[in-house]
Amino acid sequence: MSFIEISHLKKSFGPNTVVHDFNLSIEKGEFISFLGPSGCGKTTILRMIAGFEAASSGSIRVGGAEMTNLPPAKRNVGMVFQAYALFPNLTVAGNIGFGLKIAGKEKGEIDARVAEMLELIKLPELGDRYPYQLSGGQQQRVALARALAIKPQVLLLDEPLSALDAKIRVSLREEIRALQRELGITTVFVTHDQEEALSISDRIVVMNQGRADQVGTPSEIYNNPATRFVASFVGTLNLLEARVVDPATGRVSIDGQPVVTKRDMSAFGIADEAIVALRPEALILGGGDDDRNTLTGSVEEVAFLGAVIRVRVRLREARVSLDIFNDPALELPKIGMSASVSFKKEDLLILASH
Amino acid sequence: MKSSRLGHWLAILIGTLYFLVPLAATFEFSLRKVRGIYSFEAYRVVLADPHFQASFSFSVALAIVTIIFGMAIIVPMAYFVELRLRKLRPFIEFITLLPLVVPAIVIVFGYLRLYNSSSLLPLTNSSLGTNFLLACGYVTLALPYMYRSIETGLRSIDVRTLTEAAESLGASSGTIIWRVILPNIRSAMLSGAFLTFAIVIGEFTFASLLNRPAFGPYLQLIGANRAYEPAALAVMAFMITWACMGIIQVISRNAAAARP
Repeated sequence: MSFIEISHLKKSFGPNTVVHDFNLSIEKGEFISFLGPSGCGKTTILRMIAGFEAASSGSIRVGGAEMTNLPPAKRNVGMVFQAYALFPNLTVAGNIGFGLKIAGKEKGEIDARVAEMLELIKLPELGDRYPYQLSGGQQQRVALARALAIKPQVLLLDEPLSALDAKIRVSLREEIRALQRELGITTVFVTHDQEEALSISDRIVVMNQGRADQVGTPSEIYNNPATRFVASFVGTLNLLEARVVDPATGRVSIDGQPVVTKRDMSAFGIADEAIVALRPEALILGGGDDDRNTLTGSVEEVAFLGAVIRVRVRLREARVSLDIFNDPALELPKIGMSASVSFKKEDLLILASH
Repeated sequence: MKSSRLGHWLAILIGTLYFLVPLAATFEFSLRKVRGIYSFEAYRVVLADPHFQASFSFSVALAIVTIIFGMAIIVPMAYFVELRLRKLRPFIEFITLLPLVVPAIVIVFGYLRLYNSSSLLPLTNSSLGTNFLLACGYVTLALPYMYRSIETGLRSIDVRTLTEAAESLGASSGTIIWRVILPNIRSAMLSGAFLTFAIVIGEFTFASLLNRPAFGPYLQLIGANRAYEPAALAVMAFMITWACMGIIQVISRNAAAARP
């Protein structure tokens, strides 16, 4: 049995069901992210694990113990909020020691644990400061230390980086991951930022309208998206309509041009319509050899994005975008010129039939 | 541009004169007790009057009871409305405004009808019971001010997230209110407390109709029988109110300065 078992979890607010029959097993020490757009139910599931929302049906078990109807104070779950939620009347040390004080620990023990936590978050000299005297990043580190101080069995992170600026966000997410690895604590992280989820998770749950569209490692989610939603939500994607020519050999036609995929096409019949997808970074300008598919068209737009240059090529009706690394020596394609784009046969993703 | 600025100053001047001239006149009159010279004799007489001391002490004690009683009811109620029943907020606001709409005399007659000596709960049978009834009446009178102060304080903090953060750390509801919520709405509570204090100190209708020896009826009695002492009392009452307002201002400013 896994450390956290979520079975047939459902949550309704009046007539609106926001989580439908959600099932998930999380191993001890795993870092799992719930990724999805606003309103997809990711935060609601996190809040049900924390005990802030009651499940309409289903169960949540942590370490073999039934938690579904336990009040939040009895779950021993650490939570970090998007808005930090530090107690304004308490110092940093007071905030970190709050849970230990509630638990009735001795002063000496509290002081030692607070000092340990301050070292852990690399703010040993800020124990006497009040929350309003700290930057956003420092406040969130303190919130993390406060959640960890009580030695929770699970750490829940509810979009903890959303309120921070871009640079701090990247550095803090690396710190969070390093801390999680060091402590080996089972962590559930909620985010709508795909880059965040891809960069720090052991596994990602991609949520869509209250359901898990796909659960997998970042690489699986990115390279083998199970649904059109996952493919379009995680990373940039060219979505194209195609017609199946021969499912046995993987031959399809995109905008009238023949290509071959190495993906499983057993669910399709001859002349079926399919949605296929291509990552911009999987495409290169210029024709390919026998192992690659080639599409021809004309350059419609060239956009400079810094590290990469995004080129949009119009086929007949369809359009594909591709990324090429920025190189000052590179001669950029001109708008209107004829162009071929090629890609590996395994890079053509087959998402679903119409 | 210049004429509009002149208009502003003129409006301020008229407003100031409207408020200050009667006050200055009252103060000046209160100093005339000894013929031919200005003195604080009227103030000395008032302060030396044992009825003044008794009635003022009574009202101060009653104000303190009212504040404690009111806070004990309003703080948890406003907290739970803010936390779990936000949809009820307009209804609660309507209820808390009722004491401003219903005249005090109507409320006190209602109390007398409900709690008189021949009722099921004859609170007016004893001094203690009547004092308790008076304190309850004052809680009702102070409700609009106290609720608004507390509510403003609660809205200035993220009640829900702070509560959830404390819950996740193992705190019970009582602990959360005591250790997290109250310390963070302290300035709002003090504002509410001083407003209540100012209201209770000068209140007349409730105290008079319930026949309690409060400061309000004493003011009325002196006003009806003396010449200079009422003016001195009026000035002192203003000073007390202003002191309360000043303290509220200082507290609010300190609270604002303590926030980022």
